[in-house]
Amino acid sequence: MTTPAVPAGSGTSEPEVPRPWALLAELTHACPLHCPYCSNPLELKARSQELATGDWQDLMRQAGDFGVVHTHLSGGEPLLRPDLEEIVTAAESAGIYTQLVTSGTGLDQARLGALTAAGLRSVQLSVQHADPAASDRIAGRRSFAAKERAAALVRAAGLPLGLNVVLHRDNLDALDAIVELGLAWGVDRIELANAQFYGWGLLNRAALLPAHEQLAVARDAVDRWRTRLGGHPDLVWVVPDYFDGVAKPCMGGWGAVSLTVSPDGTVLPCPAAATLPGLDAPNIRDHTLEWIWDRSPAFNRYRGTAWMSDTCRSCSRRDEDFGGCRCQAFALTGDAARTDPACGLSPDHGLVRAFAREGGADGPLPYVYRYPGRAATGQPDREGVSRSGR
Amino acid sequence: MTTATSDDWRPALAPAILLRRDRVRSTDLLVLPERVVVLSGRAGAIVRLCDGGHSVPQIVGELSACFPGAPVATDVPVFLDRLRAEGWLR
Ligand code: SF4
Ligand code: SF4
Repeated sequence: MTTPAVPAGSGTSEPEVPRPWALLAELTHACPLHCPYCSNPLELKARSQELATGDWQDLMRQAGDFGVVHTHLSGGEPLLRPDLEEIVTAAESAGIYTQLVTSGTGLDQARLGALTAAGLRSVQLSVQHADPAASDRIAGRRSFAAKERAAALVRAAGLPLGLNVVLHRDNLDALDAIVELGLAWGVDRIELANAQFYGWGLLNRAALLPAHEQLAVARDAVDRWRTRLGGHPDLVWVVPDYFDGVAKPCMGGWGAVSLTVSPDGTVLPCPAAATLPGLDAPNIRDHTLEWIWDRSPAFNRYRGTAWMSDTCRSCSRRDEDFGGCRCQAFALTGDAARTDPACGLSPDHGLVRAFAREGGADGPLPYVYRYPGRAATGQPDREGVSRSGR
Repeated sequence: MTTATSDDWRPALAPAILLRRDRVRSTDLLVLPERVVVLSGRAGAIVRLCDGGHSVPQIVGELSACFPGAPVATDVPVFLDRLRAEGWLR
């Protein structure tokens, strides 16, 4: 998952519900890769359900008028949308800064040239491991070489390049090599995002969960690199909330900073929120963005503190972490309004502690790779790369 | 990391960074690949002069003319250094 743009201050004369800064546009759920931690929902939207070009263009216009200044054009693999250039242009003309979030597969010189001409500002590239074979195994498809080519193209085009690595049991030990890879590829930023456990990640938790010692070593390595690099590239460490006993301020608060639009036009406060029962998420085909943000029951459901359990409502940190992640609370307790079990003060924290103790089983475990319809069976695959022909 | 501002430095925004006027919030912003920074007060007016053409003394001169009485000569070089330390100005 990507991190929303976080404002380092607040503007003046804001309307009552502060307007969103950032839009995560999940242009498609289709993707050539099959990462076992994918932040897309288990129910992947089919291509036939996707919004049309005109819908995205109109959405960008509305978003710019409404105060959105930054968009992540993501997926799935957004390069699979042949109209990506038109969507970039629409965002750019609406005054919205565009960042492409890509696996790198399908990015050639011509495509990058067209996107840059359309106004694309920066690129975030995912990689699964520093070792090509290991990266391909985790991605469930041969893709490392394409990523390396994509990185070189982006560099040559002079666009800022960020490297995004989801960290888990099978790559945490390679942290030094991952940073070195980022240096070799000339990136400006390396996001080291510890895997989150909902959706595909939850399905694969046993295989992804690291051992405590792995995390401690990796964390030290990050500190060492930060000192050595002095801020360039920028190293971002997204904390493993299962192990820290600290709830993360998920999305900067529910309906507070950013919004996510799914391929079919469903508008959500966070990419994982589609799983919450009874949320009745609004669709941009049916409502204006203004109504959805200001008035829809879904966006108002966990705003403020009234919905919180006593544990959070009486806690001094309630305005800092907003009670943690609603999707994690639901996934682990069945009640999205409970305190995030990742928090040490949660009555359900024992659940997370128990899982964290299970971490780091011997030898690699098979993944349930991300494929449409796969979640229903939950059957692990044997080896990812051998399946990649399909 | 403080570097003393030299007179021949002509500050310019780093290529990845945009200075934008936020119509909705009536403020100036720096938009970065992963962040948005709100420029409060006169900060936007200062950054607008960082076009690679103006030296620091020229920026101070222009701002002193626009904002007479403000402590421009002392505050602006410090602010510019801070932005350079962040990597936003070159
Ligand atoms: S996490 Fe992997 S499978 Fe999911 S969208 Fe990104 S590249 Fe594709
Ligand atoms: S009890 Fe709630 S508000 Fe307090 S730290 Fe835990 S999650 Fe945050």
